[in-house]
Amino acid sequence: MKKSGEKGMSVIVKTVSRLTLGFILLYGIYIALNGHRATGGAFAGGVIAALSFIHIMLAFGKEVALRKLHSHVMRMTISGAAIVFLVISAAVFAGMKIHAETLIPVSETLVVSGGLFAIFVALVLLSKTDRDAE
Amino acid sequence: MLEVQVLIVFMILSALIAVQAKDLVSSVVAIGAVGIGLSMTFLVLKAPDLAITQLVVEILSLIMLVRATIRRDLPFSTSGRWLFNTIGTTIFIAAFLVVAILALKDLGAFGAPGMKVSKYYLDWAASRPGNENVVAVIMGKFRAIDTLGEMTVLFASIVGVLAVARKNAKE
Repeated sequence: MKKSGEKGMSVIVKTVSRLTLGFILLYGIYIALNGHRATGGAFAGGVIAALSFIHIMLAFGKEVALRKLHSHVMRMTISGAAIVFLVISAAVFAGMKIHAETLIPVSETLVVSGGLFAIFVALVLLSKTDRDAE
Repeated sequence: MLEVQVLIVFMILSALIAVQAKDLVSSVVAIGAVGIGLSMTFLVLKAPDLAITQLVVEILSLIMLVRATIRRDLPFSTSGRWLFNTIGTTIFIAAFLVVAILALKDLGAFGAPGMKVSKYYLDWAASRPGNENVVAVIMGKFRAIDTLGEMTVLFASIVGVLAVARKNAKE
């Protein structure tokens, strides 16, 4: 059972985290996409999605999180979402009629979740005390 | 408004405990109590949207504080330049209080709806031809700009973090 790295918490915690990750992520997406109708919004949904990643990181240890942080997929996703949102805003400013009711929350959720996760990892794992403890 | 007053007293007590506690973990937990009290205050004042956001951000920042600040000793210097520090702090507190008094004079009664800005939104959205849905107009024309500023700040911080934390960084 030590295949995914020796670091992290016990097997029980890892199994439960693996099971609940999808549900927390789904709840975050639901909050983000229903922001115009019910309470919530893209920012709260993005933070919930970031919390699900942080949850996985706390359970599985820092190697998994660092591999995710250094992957190019995450950077491309964040930058792409930001550019998409910028294009939408520029088009709205220019007076074009755009139906972007789904695209705005999706891009904001991507930027918020990926960005807060990256900030958390950078604050926690790259700090001096953690590096000394290695 | 009794609930709000009880919650405010609770938050003030928690903040005092957070300042006075010797242990760092107790301090962090007391800060979390302040945030939860703020979230409940939003809920009592009928703003569930803000309450959800505040609660989620509070959980995130609590995890960050617990994971990042524990096992770290705080450098704390009390010597030197006490005259300059005291004078500067006094000036800043006085300026803050004067501005707060000036700002609080313009506020309406507590709980009364301040319709100065939102009235403009409603009038502007209703006067545009071809806009049947006022909520969609406000979302597209005003909230999108608000979100643009929010995302600009967040994206700048992300770029900074990723630039510092990249793998083959120059030493």
